[in-house]
Amino acid sequence: MQNLKVYLYVLILTSVTALVLSLLQESLKDVHAKNEAFASKKDILASIMGAEARSKSDEEVETIFSTKVEALVIDAEGKVVKGKDAAAIKMADEMKKSEEARNYPLYIYNGADEKVYILSVYGNGLWDKIWGFVALKGDLNTLAGVSFDHKSETPGLGALIKDSENFKSKFVGTKIFNEEGDYVSVKVRKGGAVDKTHEVDGITGATVTSDGVTDMLYNSIAAYLPYFETLKPGLMKGRESEVEEVEEVTTEENDTIEMDSLVNDSTSVLDEVEVDSASMEVAQDSMQ
Amino acid sequence: MAEATKAAEKGTLFGKEERQLISDPLNDNNPVTVQVLGICSALAVTVQVVPSFILAIAVVFVCAFSNLIVSMLRNGMPKQVRMIVQLVVIATLVTIVELILKAVAYDSYKQLSVFIGLIITNCIIMGRLEAFAMANKPWRSFLDGIGNGLGYGFIIIAIAVVRELFGSGSLAGFQLIGKAETNPLLATDEISWLSWYLHNNLMVLPASALFVIGVFIWIQRSLNRKLVDIS
Repeated sequence: MQNLKVYLYVLILTSVTALVLSLLQESLKDVHAKNEAFASKKDILASIMGAEARSKSDEEVETIFSTKVEALVIDAEGKVVKGKDAAAIKMADEMKKSEEARNYPLYIYNGADEKVYILSVYGNGLWDKIWGFVALKGDLNTLAGVSFDHKSETPGLGALIKDSENFKSKFVGTKIFNEEGDYVSVKVRKGGAVDKTHEVDGITGATVTSDGVTDMLYNSIAAYLPYFETLKPGLMKGRESEVEEVEEVTTEENDTIEMDSLVNDSTSVLDEVEVDSASMEVAQDSMQ
Repeated sequence: MAEATKAAEKGTLFGKEERQLISDPLNDNNPVTVQVLGICSALAVTVQVVPSFILAIAVVFVCAFSNLIVSMLRNGMPKQVRMIVQLVVIATLVTIVELILKAVAYDSYKQLSVFIGLIITNCIIMGRLEAFAMANKPWRSFLDGIGNGLGYGFIIIAIAVVRELFGSGSLAGFQLIGKAETNPLLATDEISWLSWYLHNNLMVLPASALFVIGVFIWIQRSLNRKLVDIS
């Protein structure tokens, strides 16, 4: 009998608390979702305009997004996927799929001078996941800015990838391709950057997180390269061509001319031809 | 005469005893420096002043209302599930704080992330429930909760001021001493005094909070005669 009283008491207590919490959660669900969406949009803008993005009001962010930002979804081969919403893509879920099946969001910001391409990056920090956005200038090589976030990196150390404007500003102007046209991405180097074009100073006391950022950038940006290849064929080999839309690469003649000029240049002809034919195939596929 | 004693028994709303419930934990019976409770959360979140401030408000809220609710439930609570009921009350209140913070101040919510949830494990709250709320009336328990929450908040904000000032040279994001460009938190070259000051990186690490608390205990015991030799 005594036990029954205890069970009843606990049952009532848990029912009341469950009711209170679920009512609160349900009524606040929409506000939470709205906040999350705007926070995500502010992060995207923060990769271009830095800390200024966070002080903007929700209406300003909405206006910028509707007038200046174009959102695309691309797949692992570099083709644009129609009918999917870029904002709805959760990188955590995409990473669980096999490499070929993944979709990636791409935001194109039509700035005053040129277009800025904003990529979503995702990787592992010290304790848990880290993610963010990388803004590439129109040449698809130079970084215009970054913004990072994390699940549970150490405050004052790993968390500085998010909090430190100093750290993020060092990425501006770095390049992901080297002079030979190879994809090298940007490294976060412990002990200080040696080559400032491709390296950034590491965070003291946050080596694992910094290495996590390096790997995240390398892997995530690489996923977008097939698509960039369709925008700028020959990008992988560092051609200094203008930013061209996909329409430019229409005729077979253009392809063969590019092939020839590429073949003429390097020492290891076979390697060049093989890589280029692969990229040609990608370009041709996307045309069909 | 009988009426006077009755009135004294009932207790006034903000009588001497009630005010003492709020003022004691600020100095003589401070939960962190005297009772030595709630040290854990003081370590991680006190790197910067603003998150510490928000956490302090959250703890005051949870401490006060959990004291109130448990005090109201204290007579009907079965002995076997005493601790569980207390935990459920604390956890519910902390979840309410988390949901409201997520809706009202999303950026602070993201900044504090785990630490709001860790309020559940804060010894001060459980400690006061056992030591006070289980044996006292609701209103007085509520005041005691406010007092202890404020005592805790006061100390962690003080720690955060020391750690942010000497560790990053700034206060609430405003650069005060040392070079702004070496402040890991800021990017621009803002005006600051004492540009020769090199930021003390030890202050950024959690262990420094313990050193700072130790110094606070030392200072407090030297100045407060009531605390001398209480061990």
